Amino acid sequence: MSSMIATRDAYGETLAELGAGNDAIVALDADLSGSTKTGVFAKKFPGRFFNMGIAEANMVGTAAGLASVGKIPFVSTFAIFAVGRAWEQVRQSVAYPKANVKIVATHGGVTVGEDGGSHQSVEDIAIMRAVPNMTVIVPADGVETRGAIRAAATFKGPVYIRLGRNKVPTIFPQDHPFEIGKGCELRPGSDVTFVTTGLMTAQALEAADFLEKEGISARVVHIATVKPLDRELVLKAARETGAIVTAEEHSIVGGLGGAVAELLAENHPVPMRRVGIRDRFGTSGKAEELLKYFGLTPEHLADTARELVQSR
Amino acid sequence: MNDRTIALQETARKLRIAVVKTLHKSQSGHTGGSLSAIDLITALYFHKMRHDPASPAWEGRDRFVLCKGHAAPALYVALAESGYFPPEDLMMLRRLGSHLQGHPDSKSTPGVEVPTGSLGQGLSMAVGMALGLKLDQKRNRVYALLGDGELQEGQVWEAAMSAAHYRLDNLCAMVDANGLQIDGEVEKVMNVAPIADKFRAFGWHALEIDGHDMTAILNALERAEMAEGQPTVIVARTVKGKGVSFFENKASYHGVPPSDEELPRALECLGHS
Repeated sequence: MSSMIATRDAYGETLAELGAGNDAIVALDADLSGSTKTGVFAKKFPGRFFNMGIAEANMVGTAAGLASVGKIPFVSTFAIFAVGRAWEQVRQSVAYPKANVKIVATHGGVTVGEDGGSHQSVEDIAIMRAVPNMTVIVPADGVETRGAIRAAATFKGPVYIRLGRNKVPTIFPQDHPFEIGKGCELRPGSDVTFVTTGLMTAQALEAADFLEKEGISARVVHIATVKPLDRELVLKAARETGAIVTAEEHSIVGGLGGAVAELLAENHPVPMRRVGIRDRFGTSGKAEELLKYFGLTPEHLADTARELVQSR
Repeated sequence: MNDRTIALQETARKLRIAVVKTLHKSQSGHTGGSLSAIDLITALYFHKMRHDPASPAWEGRDRFVLCKGHAAPALYVALAESGYFPPEDLMMLRRLGSHLQGHPDSKSTPGVEVPTGSLGQGLSMAVGMALGLKLDQKRNRVYALLGDGELQEGQVWEAAMSAAHYRLDNLCAMVDANGLQIDGEVEKVMNVAPIADKFRAFGWHALEIDGHDMTAILNALERAEMAEGQPTVIVARTVKGKGVSFFENKASYHGVPPSDEELPRALECLGHS
């Protein structure tokens, strides 16, 4: 864990790089370009950046129109607004026609911090995952964010990418190849598997270290693309380790935990636990405090996995 | 009135007949708002817009967005008459497996640019098209047809604000102001008047016409093209159910197709034997 970078910063830089090579790329924001980092693109390509004001519904519809005349629009605002305020526009104007719109939402999850429950989206992954034609990606670090943004730019169709506000440790090597729909095993293990997404992957790697000292061998499978889920990788982990603990900075309802539970229940049921926000709203506090408050820590992950392994 | 106008009126009559037959066959769909929009759609598809039915994706085409997507039958008959697909297809409207969905679906129907039907979303997509075409310095124009009830959706005004902000003079919105919505008179359900003044206040060039007067429609479309630096809205006063006397001005015919008994009388109203 050599460096720390916020996924939104990696987004801003990558979008600006992509803009240099492709005139079709345009960016839209709803008065949050400084926070979402589309401002980096705006500075370099003012003619291809559209500030749509505090009007997310129109922003998403406008992006769909831009896509219909051949542009590749990247639309950004906080996750709560991109998915909450503009949900039906995302459904009708973007997903239904498979419009080539990339929704890159920042400030996902509770690590938004002090702004509180109104601004902490804990259900966006579930909501986007339920929409047909939608691809849902939650990168773990800056390196993976770069890969995801680049992949989204060349992918034909709607993509939802969820990013965070705060700096997170870089866990992937700079040359890590990113492929939509492919998960990756970051650590081998035979007793239990952590299946994680976003910033919880770094926490799971730490949890696996704790467990190793106790003689429990925990595998870590990182899932950036929550939809379509890398079914084979998750099923392989279920078959080989016999126990699954999912973890996400999101509600335990309908997100990665839900997706994995659905897959396992139908194909290879094994004991599993979902670590996440237990069907409640967020609250104000510092990001680190909130991760502890909601049990999104290596310690809680290790406790959950230990209990699951011992109960078998 | 010149020959061109007379020919367009005759096309509009043919399209109204096709709408009535199509909706009678499907026994599901929106009669009133399809008939009120026919003259506007006729003027666009058979006079104003550059488009090529043999090549629906032709880059030089003007774009049309039927924001009031429930008037899909009016769009479909215009597309069929233009030659985008065989007229027989109309008889499959709203059936399982048909390319003619209940509301416009760009994935299914040749000539449909974007999906609409959820009111309030179409104008935003038209704004995006106009913005993209301007960015590429293309001269294609974008036309959007809204309902007056649809103006109750807040998103319409977000879109109106952004169209003026970005000075989209390649965008022309038309309001099929038939004064009725499902629950009754627009004025009583939720008053949207004064429509033209509202758009003017949002920075638009606004025109008000009789939406069944073909000469007035063509003139307004011409004037819209001359506007510089601002989008144009044409507020067209129309009659819901126009052309079929017993459908006219009745909110109850919003989403009701002609019955077996009504069909011959409706066709007779339209001079079809």
